[in-house]
Formats: sequence, structure tokens, C-alpha cells
Amino acid sequence: MRSFKNHLSLIIALFTILLTLQIFINVDRTIDIYEKNLNENYSIIVISDINISVNTFRKIDPMISNSEEISPKQVIQKMQKEIKSKSINLHKIKLPKFYRIHLDHFPTPDEVDTVTLELQREGFIKRVESFSHNHTTVYRLLLLFKWVVMIFAVAIFTVTTLLILREMRLWQLQHHERMNIMALFGAPVWLRSAVLFRLAIVDALIATVLVFGAFIAAEHYGISKEALQMIGIQIPLFNPTHDMPILFGVAMSLSIVLASLIVMGHKEEV
Amino acid sequence: MDKVIIAQELSLSYNTSETIINKATFSITSGSFVFITGASGSGKSTLLKSFYGALKPALGELTVGGVQMQGISGKKLNFLRRHIGIVFQDYKLVKEWNIEKNVMLPLLINGYARDVSEIQVKKLLTHVKLNHQSGKYPLELSGGEQQRVAMARALAHNPILILADEPTGNLDEYSSKVIWNLLEGAVSQLKATVVVVTHHIPESMNIGYKHFHIEYGSVYEIV
Repeated sequence: MRSFKNHLSLIIALFTILLTLQIFINVDRTIDIYEKNLNENYSIIVISDINISVNTFRKIDPMISNSEEISPKQVIQKMQKEIKSKSINLHKIKLPKFYRIHLDHFPTPDEVDTVTLELQREGFIKRVESFSHNHTTVYRLLLLFKWVVMIFAVAIFTVTTLLILREMRLWQLQHHERMNIMALFGAPVWLRSAVLFRLAIVDALIATVLVFGAFIAAEHYGISKEALQMIGIQIPLFNPTHDMPILFGVAMSLSIVLASLIVMGHKEEV
Repeated sequence: MDKVIIAQELSLSYNTSETIINKATFSITSGSFVFITGASGSGKSTLLKSFYGALKPALGELTVGGVQMQGISGKKLNFLRRHIGIVFQDYKLVKEWNIEKNVMLPLLINGYARDVSEIQVKKLLTHVKLNHQSGKYPLELSGGEQQRVAMARALAHNPILILADEPTGNLDEYSSKVIWNLLEGAVSQLKATVVVVTHHIPESMNIGYKHFHIEYGSVYEIV
């Protein structure tokens, strides 16, 4: 029972840390995908007198990843109602070219201004519409979201550090007497601390498996799935091949650092 | 005869302001039984601590089992301690280990095989009449029983030197008798050297012994 309690105290601390870390990984992953979605939906409209190839756009600004010509069909359809059909071909020729250009990442407001200015500097481009007001609002919202997540991560890191320090003091008390007795009979440091490291490794493994189980269960019951689908995002709550090594690595590192600090801080009673 | 412990002008202190043992010179022969007596706070336990390296000499020289104790490295100290058995007044048993594992501790530290260790532990626990309690934990035993376990642990690895700090201080008559018999047996049968710190030398000692007394920081041999 006593031994179980020894395990439980570290497992709970590690489980809390890993759970928040996995939530942070998921939030970060969601923001990443959300940012990509925003980028896919964001484009700058360019009106030009001449045909412009994607390479020409890229020469103007390397941030431009793609361009597509907007068919003048809609404009022509509007005109059709007002102008006689025989004149339409002429208008077709005289109509400027409309391009929708995409960037390789979701730009900052400054980057939008720079691209706009660079495009406007070219003589053959008549007009550039970057929808900067809408973009800035969305960008600021994304930035705010990122900041909230960052603050959340710092707060979690602080709390978990305190949790680990508290755990360390408890462990020091629990293991000090045994390590002292073993030292009196000439046990080398590795043997004195073997129990501690074994406990740390086993607890790290158990905590990782518990977090894995918790997220698999959450995925099974569809927790947060609807909310994510509403913003067009589909992510696995737990990606075993990617997340498992991270969580196990963190749990192992934390518990081994904890055990090492106890071993280093252990002083024989005189 | 070989000397197991040699002290030359040995001074011991916990801090620089107070000297507990002052320039003591004495030696302890291999295979002898030695008592160290003195009033409370005279430095008996302090002297014993210097023998197992828990306290380093402040001045002078101390050699235990041929090993110089001043400036001894951790590795050398561990090596020396593997040849020493220690018994304390407060037993110092690992509470979360059962009796069998506690007695096995020095054997495992000395690298004995598990099966050999198990046979030795069984033999010792039978000797201290605790074989039927081997699965119990220290706190489930009486003080006398715990001290017998500690005694079995001190003897488990056939040490060359056994150090006992008031081993019968808290015990009833029966347990005290068992402990003295075991310590005598360590000298007569195992040819170990036994150094016991105590307030009172038992009257019914069956073997010859040496007696050192500590007073005002000096160590005298009482002949």
C-alpha cells in the first residue's frame, strides 16, 4: 500500500504534466491547421493590362506562391444585359486581366502592405485589392489566440515546475533513510539510487500510457470533435507515432532529472 | 598480531570551535573484542563514526583495515564499508523492506548471488530465532527483534570488523543476552574484530576483551 502510494504521487504529477502538454500540442496543431486554412482562403486580387505569369509574380515578390486568372465571365454576363451581343467580343478583348494571387503563408499586415506596394510599383498593374482591413482583423484574432496559448503554456510550465519541486521534497524524505543505510554498508551511488531510478522510469511509463488511454477514450467518445469540425479542422487527438515519443521523452526526462537531483542532493548523516 | 584500527594523535570535531576527541593514540588488534565507555556526550559514538568514515579526522592519523581515513575517497570508503558490519541503537533498518531483504542488503552490495544470499539469510535468521518472521516488516517487530535483525545484517557478509553503537541500549534482558552472545560468537567463531560503544560492560562476558575509556576528549586504555 505504502509502495503504491509512493508510485501514485509521482504518477499523478507526471500525468497532469503530460495531459496539459498533450492539450498544448493539440491546440498548437489546431492553430497551425487553422492558419493554413486561413492562408488557403486568403488571396490578393490584381488587375492588370497584360497577361502576367506566375513566375513574373514571383519575381515581384517571392512570397507569392501561386496565381490564377479570374475568368471575366461574370463581368461579361453583367454587361450582356446592357450591351448588344455583337459588341461583346470587343469588350472581351478590351477587358483588363483579373488575377487572384496566393501567398506561401498567412501574411502579417506589414507583409500584406509590402506585397501590395511591390505590385503597385509595376506599371502594367492597374489595381491591387488586398482586403487589408478584413485580413488585419483575422490576423489579430489569430495572434491573440497564439498569445493566449503561449500564456497558458507558461502558466502550466510554472505550475508543473512547482509540482515537481514539491514531489522532489517528498521523494527526498522518502528515500533519504534507505540511501543512508545502504551507504553505511558501502553501496555505491548507482546501487543506492537504483530503486529511485527504477521507480522514476516505471512511473514515467505508466503516466504516458494513462495519458494515451485518456486521449484515445476522448477520441472514441468524440469529445471536441464537433467544435473542431465547426471551424473546418480535423485532427487526431492523439497521434501515437508522433505524440507518444514526445510524451514518453518528457516524462522520462522529468523523472530522471528529479531522481538525479535527489541523488546529487543526498548527503550522508553525521 | 595485525592491527585493524590504528589512531595516531587523532582529533575529531564536528566544527572547528570544539574538539570532541583530542590527540588520541591507540590501536585495536585483529580478532579482539573492545569496549569503549564514557559518560554521555564524551565522544564514544563520535569515535565510532570515525571508524566507518562518517566523520573524517580533523587532525592526526587514523587507519582502519589498512586504509587511511583522512581524505579517503568515496570509492575507497565504500570498499572499506563492505568489510564492516554496523549495529546501531536505533537499528537503522529499511522500513519499506521486509526482514529477509534487510538482512540480505550487505550480501547484495558485496555482489553475492541471490541463491547464496538466500541460504545465508535463512541461516542467520534461524540463528537469531527470527526465521519465522522473515516476511515481516521492521515496524511489525519489537525493539529486541529489530535489533536481532540488525545484528544478523551486520554478520551477514562475514565482516572483518563489527562496530556496535550501544546495541543493547533499548533492549530487554533476553534480547540483550542474544546480542552479546552473537557479538562474542563473531570474535570466537568468525575471527572478526568487535568494537562496542556502551555505558555498561556486561558482567557475564565469556571472552577476554580490551577496554578503552573516554574522558575530556582523551582515550585511555583500562587494564
